[in-house]
Parts: sequence; C-alpha cells; structure tokens
Amino acid sequence: MFSYCVDPKSLEGLMWLSCYVTTAKHMSFYFSFFVVMGLLSLAAPLAMAFGFAGATASRSTFRIIRSLGKGYLAMIRGIPDIVFFLFIPIALDQAFEYLRHKVLCSDVTEPIRQGNDFVVCAAAKLPLNTSGEWVHDIYGFSLALLAFGFVFGAFAGNVLSGAMAAVPKSQIETGEAYGFSQSQIFRRILIPQMWIYALPGLSNLWMILIKATPLLFLLGIEDIVYWAKELGGIKTGVYEYPHPDWRAWYFGALMIFYLSLTYLSQSVLDKISARLSQGQATMAGKAG
Amino acid sequence: MTSCFQTLSDYGLRSIGYGERLLPKADITLCEQFVLIGSGMIWNIYFAVLALLLGFFFATILALGKNSNLSLFSAPCRLFIFIFRGSPLFIQFFFAYDLFVLLPRLGFDIDLGFLVVTVETRWLTKAWLGALIVLFFNTSAYAGEIFYGALRAVPSQDLESADAFGFTGIKKFRRIIWPTMLRLAWPSYTNEAIFMFHATTLVFFTGFPAWQQKGDAIYYASYFADKTFNPFVPYPIVGFYFILLTLLIIGLFGLINRRLNKHLPTNERKRLRFNKYNLMR
Repeated sequence: MFSYCVDPKSLEGLMWLSCYVTTAKHMSFYFSFFVVMGLLSLAAPLAMAFGFAGATASRSTFRIIRSLGKGYLAMIRGIPDIVFFLFIPIALDQAFEYLRHKVLCSDVTEPIRQGNDFVVCAAAKLPLNTSGEWVHDIYGFSLALLAFGFVFGAFAGNVLSGAMAAVPKSQIETGEAYGFSQSQIFRRILIPQMWIYALPGLSNLWMILIKATPLLFLLGIEDIVYWAKELGGIKTGVYEYPHPDWRAWYFGALMIFYLSLTYLSQSVLDKISARLSQGQATMAGKAG
Repeated sequence: MTSCFQTLSDYGLRSIGYGERLLPKADITLCEQFVLIGSGMIWNIYFAVLALLLGFFFATILALGKNSNLSLFSAPCRLFIFIFRGSPLFIQFFFAYDLFVLLPRLGFDIDLGFLVVTVETRWLTKAWLGALIVLFFNTSAYAGEIFYGALRAVPSQDLESADAFGFTGIKKFRRIIWPTMLRLAWPSYTNEAIFMFHATTLVFFTGFPAWQQKGDAIYYASYFADKTFNPFVPYPIVGFYFILLTLLIIGLFGLINRRLNKHLPTNERKRLRFNKYNLMR
C-alpha cells in the first residue's frame, strides 16, 4: 500500500502496523464487511417475500396450499436454523444439477447416485468447470442468500400471519358489508392494517437477521469470520508479517462491529417501546 | 450386516465416548444414522439443560440489577446484557475460545473442606466447559432481558396491595413480585428455552473441537452428509429429533405455566403456545 512497505521486516511500531493492516488480505477482510451488508440488504426483502407468500398461503381457502403454508411456517419453530443453513445450499445444488443432468445429458444411462457419489455429466455441473472464480463465488453466495431467505421467510411469515390474525374481524366484516371482493378486502383492508401489529415482530426479526449473518461462514463463503480466522492465526517467520495468535483480537473487532450495528437498531426500538408503555399502569409507565 | 440392536449398543453412547471407536465409513445404513445422530443429541441436551438451569438464576439477578436505581448495580448488568444480546452467539463462541486458548495453562486448587478439586484452565478450551460457559452467559443475558421486561410490567396495584399488607424487602419480592414476573415472562421464556436448544447446534462448528469425534447431533449429521454426499437423509433426521425435543419443552413449560397461573380464575388463564407472533431473541 505505502511505499515504505517494501520490506516489512525492517519496520517497527506504527509504521509496521500501518503496513500490516493494508495488506491485500486485509483488503479482502474489509471487503467482506460489505459482503455482510450486501447479504443483509438482499436477504431482508427476500425473506419478506418468502414470509408474505407463506403467510398468505397459510390463510388460503385451498387445503393443499394452506397446509403447505402452515407447514412452512411451523417447521422453523421446531428445527434449528443451522440445519437449514447446512441443508438448503447443498440440497439446492444437487437438485439443480440433477435437473440439468436429466435435460442436458439424457443419453447418459448410468444412475446419478452411485453408492456414496453424486455423479452428473460435465455439462450439468453448476457452475461449469470452465467458468471463472467469480462465477463460483456468485453461485455460492446466491445459494447462501436463498437459504437465508427461506429460513427468515419462515420467521417473517410467522410474524405476518400473527399480524394478519390481529386485524379486528369487524374491519373485514365492514369490507364485506360494502361489497368488497375477497381479494379487495385482502389488498385494501387487511394488508394496510396489519403493519402496525407486525412492527414489533419485524424489528425483532431484523435483529435476529443481523446476528445470523456470520453463519455465512458455515456455507463456505469467505466472509468476515473466515478472514478473522485466517488473518488472526499464528504467522511464523516465513510470512511477511509474523505475529503470534491474534484471533482473539480479530474476533473482538467483529464483536465490536456487531455490537455497534445492533446498538443502532436497538436505540430505535427502545424509543418505540418507550412510546408504547407511556401512561400504562405498570412499573415502566409509572417511572416514565 | 449387523442388526439395528447391535448398532444401538455400538453407537448409542458414542458421543460421550462409549462403544465402537471408529465411525461408520462405508455402507452407511439408515439405522446407523438414526442411532449416531440420536447419540449426539446427548450433547445438545447437556448444554441446553445446564445452561438454562444455571442461567435462570443468573438472569433473575441480572434483571433485578438492571432494574436497580443504583447505577453501581444497573450499569454492569446493562452492559452484560447488551454485550451478549447485541452480538452473534457464533462470534461469541469464536471469541471466547480464542481467549481461553491464550490463557496460561494453570491448575487451581479449590478446597471444599473435605475434598480438594484441581480446576485446570485448559478445561476452558474443551467444549463441555468452555462452550457451556458461553451458552450460560448468552441465555442469562436473553432471559435477563425478558425478566427485566416482565419486572417492569408487574401491575402497580399488586405492589400497592403488597405495601398495604405490610410486605417489605425480600418477602415482598419472593411472594409478590417474583411470581408475577415469572408468570408474565413465561411465554417469552419458553421461546428462549427452545432457541437455547437450537443454539447448541452451533458449538461444534466454532473453535471448540469435537475431541475424538465426540460431537453433537448436527456434527454427526454433517459427517454423514459429507460421507454419503446425500443431505436428504441425515438433516431430516436431526429435524425429527429436534421437533420431538421442542414438543417436549413446550409440554414441560406448559405444565409450569399452569402452576404459575393456578391462582387466576379459569377464564383468565392463558394456555401456553409457542409464541409465534413475537419471536423474542
């Protein structure tokens, strides 16, 4: 980075540090913070879409769709999210490759599952062996994003279906009395009124989503956890910048990053909750 | 081809070091997957039950501390709750493990009067203690916040009645405030307990090594998924076990909830359900 960084072994103190924190690997580390933010900003709307679909399906008048929706919303409450994070990317990957194999290599008669192997023809591989590194990265990230969207969609679906159920019945009945069709009631009455009930649950969900982002590491993405492990590990004299085990420092930095991220969100939440408990006959209300 | 009973005796307690040493490598049967993943559940239950039991008491202290008028008490409690609720558990595991590794390897003698126990700091780098401490702190912080919220929501009439009847100090807390606090907090606390069981699946994916391949349910599940390259069998098995466990917790916490609400008229009692409307975490 700096011109004096050519021979780091001769440097000391702050000069050494300034060179150390600007190495190419550190730049990748800093970039991975943007990956986290990118995941957050993409996963949140995706989860809302999944959740909205799930919540709507669970209210459907068709039995099959309704039970599908209800099953989707219920499963997240019984099964740890990590199971889904591990399962979905590899399951999706195999499903895609299976389908492509069936379509692209229909002349291959050998079974795909041979004992403990999953064999598809070269043309069905995702991404193709010939494609560049960045394609692999994007593909991996997309699978991870889908896993996040699926899991948090179920969370959001629970919040939204609770909010839909909380809209007073009389509002719906009024709509019916005025001759609204079912879809008009849904669009014009139910949806606009449910947000106020969904707000606490959704803001809570936002906090959970922030705190789930380091799980990207489990999905094989080179995220902040990966780089903290990589950079913090002991570096012997063979390396340009030898240092002892600094992982605790790196993870300490990650702790601070997440604490400040959640602190910002929490302060907004606290303001809202203080508003809502004002004047209530409780300890909080009396104190306030 | 061994029978499933044979597999059960070979691998039923594999996760805590009894039975067959080598994990199945080839021709993995469905039975082996069920047994070994079930064996791993021992760790999940161990972590969650101990963390919740210890955390319950610490959480009460944290909630009272946070509610204190003296900043000497409230500030550290606030900070503790903030740190453990504000950062991801996943990072906490990594951070704690790497701190524990840096600690000098010492042995402390604790004199219990009749017995001297040597506590060694290297135990902290083992999952059974190190990860348990992280989980204990984590659930204490979450439960502490839940209890704090409930404490602030104790109806002021209850407190006035307690004053009128001459309750003070410890007695007022134990007989009036604490039961009401628990009753109000119970649905959210049930959620927290379920999340705690789910959170135990993270332990062996962080720094804490699964020594001699003694791991939890998901450790074995991902082992099988890697070996057979087929995720469609082991992960649903984990899901199955956890659904059973979740139902068990809801049943158990429902019983406690009934006891907490015993004094209320029947029409005011609320049945405990997994609170899907406001997932508190």
